[in-house]
Amino acid sequence: MDDRNILEIRGLRSYFFTEKGTVPAVDGVDIDVPKGSIVGLVGESGCGKSMTVRSIMGLVKYPGRVVEGSMCFDGRELSGLRENELRKICGDDISMIFQEPMTSLNPVMKVGKQVREALMIHDRSISRAEADKKVMEIFEKVGIPEPEKRLECYPHQLSGGLRQRVMIAMAMICRPKLLIADEPTTALDVTIEAQILRLMKELRDETGMSVLLITHNLGVVAEICDYVYVMYAGRIVEQAETFELFDHTAHPYTRGLLDSIPRIGGSAERLHTIPGVVPNLLHLPKGCAFCNRCGYAEEACHKAGGELMEIRPGHKVRCIKPLETEVKA
Amino acid sequence: MSREILLRAEHLYKTYKTGKKGREVHAVSDVSLEIHKGETLALVGESGCGKSTLGRTLIHMLPATAGSVIYKDMDIAAMSDKQFKPYRSKMQMIFQDPYASLDPRMTVRDIIAEPLETYKLCGSREKTTEAVLRLMEAVGIPGEFLNRYPHQFSGGQRQRIGIARAIALRPELIICDEPVSALDVSVQSQVLNLLKDIQKDYDLTYLFIGHDLSVVNFMADRVCVMFLGCICEVADKDELYAKPLHPYSEFLLDAIPIADPHRRNRKRKVISGEIPSPMDLPKGCCFCTRCPYATEECRSIRPELRDIGGRKVACHHPLEGENR
Repeated sequence: MDDRNILEIRGLRSYFFTEKGTVPAVDGVDIDVPKGSIVGLVGESGCGKSMTVRSIMGLVKYPGRVVEGSMCFDGRELSGLRENELRKICGDDISMIFQEPMTSLNPVMKVGKQVREALMIHDRSISRAEADKKVMEIFEKVGIPEPEKRLECYPHQLSGGLRQRVMIAMAMICRPKLLIADEPTTALDVTIEAQILRLMKELRDETGMSVLLITHNLGVVAEICDYVYVMYAGRIVEQAETFELFDHTAHPYTRGLLDSIPRIGGSAERLHTIPGVVPNLLHLPKGCAFCNRCGYAEEACHKAGGELMEIRPGHKVRCIKPLETEVKA
Repeated sequence: MSREILLRAEHLYKTYKTGKKGREVHAVSDVSLEIHKGETLALVGESGCGKSTLGRTLIHMLPATAGSVIYKDMDIAAMSDKQFKPYRSKMQMIFQDPYASLDPRMTVRDIIAEPLETYKLCGSREKTTEAVLRLMEAVGIPGEFLNRYPHQFSGGQRQRIGIARAIALRPELIICDEPVSALDVSVQSQVLNLLKDIQKDYDLTYLFIGHDLSVVNFMADRVCVMFLGCICEVADKDELYAKPLHPYSEFLLDAIPIADPHRRNRKRKVISGEIPSPMDLPKGCCFCTRCPYATEECRSIRPELRDIGGRKVACHHPLEGENR
């Protein structure tokens, strides 16, 4: 493992074993999260991005299972750990925030107590008074107004933005080295989204933690990520440093996603579309998973899918005919 | 574009009673606006600002608490459901959630045929099915899927079915209530293009409710910004995006994430605080608790919607030139 990385995922495969057949939700994924960086994992629903992070946290549920792969966190291998060992790491050093804060908070427990509980489980020597003080501090840090009042609130008494801040407070209170955020702003309004993204960036700058951010929104990626992985049908199809990816987009799928976003200031009469829908993972095309929707697909694309190839330093793409060469010419 | 007015709301209020103490939620308060024939008017704002409630109140899906909605010189807000029935076919709706808005136990044919049968437009069953097939073709659902059920379709296809149902009665006005916010980006653009095509082919007027301002930018001719049940600003799209006059519009536009990392360090204002409870609205301007420019006047007197350079703004201190 490269010790500049806090997390290294190698060859991760997580499958669902259903009555209709085996669904390769995550099919050979490699991801590096360098220390202190924000890494974005982008894709549409069903592409396997949530399944990837659930595999890291050991949260894959029946009929799903991690089939193989190595997940190395801060020098320790996570796969194969017993549940209680994994739980010690996940919480102490890795925290996760979810898309819908309402369903991930306990509705019948005051939020202050919930956050304190997270701290006291992982730091058994701490006294209750000290813990309370720390909870106050973290509430202030994540920008919850009137924290002493909010500690006594139940989740339903808070707005969506405040609930997500409580989730972030809970995730941050053990000072994790890695924060995994699964669509943290998808359920929120743009104004609140901007606040939460800014907060995550500030916390990263202050504490030096790393963030693995799952999102479907390339706008969010462009705003805060340092590195980007684009996922399609269970595989990484393109990966690069953020500026590189946006400036030299090489995979037709990434290009298609970028072109589908309505641009402010653009006066296009029609939007670019990617024809068709995400393929059923039970019946993937034989060649490249994207070939049926790709405007550039040739015969060869239908026969065999490409491997991830490095086309420029640090920029890898899974396509036998990457765009960059011809578009820029 | 013609400036013929299709629908006009005058001092519309919608209040929900809540709890036992007779507390009231002011979902829409004192809204006056006009929808021109053939245009797309977008309603934007954060969740809970009353945009969906306003949309539904305008087309008689919810009874108005006070005020009137004028359509063809008739006040439809004052009508009973029975009186309104002939007008209902002229105003339809496309819903946000393509999973919840289609009956899972009806086939596509029956879903699209239902409005046609209710209004007895086609006569025989065969003719109804023919009409359904034409509608399916118009929205890009293959005719052989006639007898399929909603669960056999993807989200984007379901939204197409919802669109076919909405245009079945040849309405004049369609309320599109966040029609693409549940869809993935690649599918979203397909549905947006379809909505634009259908608008031309069927001569439709849209009230497009949305919170994604880049989508709204693509769809709208005019934009109406709402906050806490009140209108902040109504303006032509290009004017609004180029130069918002209401401070809230500016914050909303600044908050849009832009898919271009080179612009991540652009100057943008990030609003602080959350929306006040619609149960006890501030006395003055609804936005005064979050507005960095608020003065004593803002906190005590509610600003009226007034004309500024051809658009309407409800603010005591609109953002004009460099006067800040």
